Amino acid sequence: MSSALLEVEDLRVAFTRRGEPDTVAVDGVSFDVEPGEIVGLVGESGCGKSVTSLAVMRLLPERGNRVTGSIRMDGEDLLALSDSAMRERRGRDLSMIFQDPLSSLNPVIPVGLQVTEVLTRHRGMRKDAARREAAELLDRVGIPDPTRRLDSYPHQMSGGMRQRALIAIALACTPRLLIADEPTTALDVTIQAQILDLLEQLVAETGTALVMITHDLGVVAGLCDRVNVLYAGRIVERADRHELFRQPRHPYTHGLLGSIPRLDGPPGVDLAAIRGSVNDNLPWAAPEGGACAFAPRCPRALDVCAEVAPAAERAGTRLLRCHNPVPVTEGAA
Amino acid sequence: MLRFIVRRLIQVVPTLLLLSILLFAWLRSLPGGPAAALLGDKATPEKIAQLNTVLGLDQPVPVQYFRFLGRAVTGDFGNSLITGEPVTTEIARALPATIELSIAALLLAVVLGIPLGYVAARYRGRPLDTTTVIATLVGVAVPVFFLGYLLKQFFAVDLGWFPPSGRQAVDIDATHVTGFAVLDGLLTREFDASWDALVHLVLPAVALATIPLAVIVRITRASVLDVMGSDFVRTANSKGLAPGTVRQRHVLRNALLPVSTTIGLQTGLLLAGAVLTEKVFVWGGLGTLLAQAIERRDYPRLQAVVLLGALVYVLVNLLVDLSYAIIDPRVRVR
Repeated sequence: MSSALLEVEDLRVAFTRRGEPDTVAVDGVSFDVEPGEIVGLVGESGCGKSVTSLAVMRLLPERGNRVTGSIRMDGEDLLALSDSAMRERRGRDLSMIFQDPLSSLNPVIPVGLQVTEVLTRHRGMRKDAARREAAELLDRVGIPDPTRRLDSYPHQMSGGMRQRALIAIALACTPRLLIADEPTTALDVTIQAQILDLLEQLVAETGTALVMITHDLGVVAGLCDRVNVLYAGRIVERADRHELFRQPRHPYTHGLLGSIPRLDGPPGVDLAAIRGSVNDNLPWAAPEGGACAFAPRCPRALDVCAEVAPAAERAGTRLLRCHNPVPVTEGAA
Repeated sequence: MLRFIVRRLIQVVPTLLLLSILLFAWLRSLPGGPAAALLGDKATPEKIAQLNTVLGLDQPVPVQYFRFLGRAVTGDFGNSLITGEPVTTEIARALPATIELSIAALLLAVVLGIPLGYVAARYRGRPLDTTTVIATLVGVAVPVFFLGYLLKQFFAVDLGWFPPSGRQAVDIDATHVTGFAVLDGLLTREFDASWDALVHLVLPAVALATIPLAVIVRITRASVLDVMGSDFVRTANSKGLAPGTVRQRHVLRNALLPVSTTIGLQTGLLLAGAVLTEKVFVWGGLGTLLAQAIERRDYPRLQAVVLLGALVYVLVNLLVDLSYAIIDPRVRVR
């Protein structure tokens, strides 16, 4: 694993509030990203995927949280860096795009300046050189008439165009790691596909590794090399994309895949649903919670699930955290 | 832009018309009247009726109104019942004093308020912030006249740092060009007069500035906090920009939008504060004219001063809207 670009080890993020017990949003998450690889972080709302990504970027609020574990990029622990050293890397070595492209752009300054400021910051470009480069970047992400667009304000652009601009900003310094936090959730379905294609093409061209955060298994299926499934702040299953889709072992993954409508499925059969929601029970709010967080919603729960949190077991490239996984034959689709 | 301004100016006309009708009705529904106020103890029903006839107040209210309106459009708002002078002359004489006081107060409020609010937001939850928040709460809550007397007693009477009242010392023989005492001194190179006027200005301006200052601090603080938590500031931070760049380019500009609205609204309210401040510091501006007119039911003067206040309020808010168009590209004035 020494070749990994990013190694996240035993990451724990707890939100603290005086007089209240900590809320653990990310509970011992470990994963790594190889150079140029596309890794998915999948899970439903509140499972800790955004918090994980913000922790990697060190963009969590300065106060009110505690981050432990290690986040190593090229072997260097990002959590140990000074604020200014981290700022040097942000936008240059690793960058991020966010869910809502409208609110993620400053409404009162032109898009061009929002692109050039990252170029002047990290690539030491002068104003006019940065402007030419910015136009080229906008062109590369497929924004028509890029030179004119530099003077546009975010509200004068469409949603897809804005997300393209944000991608241009994130890739302006050809970082080696790009984190995309639900980059297509706020967009139309047709635009979603375009943006995903664009991302895939750009990271392939630049050799940038991509961490794709999503709740959409369709996105994962089309894009990711490896997939981490998160539930309640823990990775419950990890596998190569094909393996995961062919053979989901964790009941949660199995349930997620079972809830996707299929064109070739038998007609008249109800889709499988996972009962309840992640907010129904928060055993993970207690740090010593000795139970599987999914147990209360799990159709395969055993008595032991409520008592002992399952340990991570590795089999080949797969990681699984379950006392009673879906048997191999049953899960095959 | 020009069309927007013209259209907004045209809208001022119905606003003022409607206000003048309401004002007319309100004034005449108040108990007592100018005749009773003028005659004082000697008032008998006969004398009051007689005086009302002289003043034209025996006519039906609509008739009075249309007479007033007919003269007002020619710029004649009648003569003050107290002094007998045309109210426009009175106002022209008193206006510079009030404008001078208001500008001083507004400058204080803006120049101190925005940085204070910003600093409070930056050190949120720390002692500096808590102190500021409590101080602004006190600032909003304390009545202007009470604060005025307090300032006067302490800084003028006890410490003697500032003069207790008036706009300029009596023994200063200042030449008046514009009526703005500080400016006049500069124009005529009578710098001692200018300085003296400035010293006189301090306490009333502080008293008048307190409420707008407190409000501006609170709005700036809230607005900066709001913007600092926004997605685009997170994006700016994800670019690794220097903290100063994030603050100036991304936080401050967005945070100033609600502040500019507040400044406009507070400017409109200054006249109300000026009435009390001028009373305490014997300032001799519009506020003094207004206070007198209310006591003596001086209808013509009241009408003119209140309508002028409304006009200023509307114009200031037009300026605010225009400033919006400059700060925020999403606002297009048409």
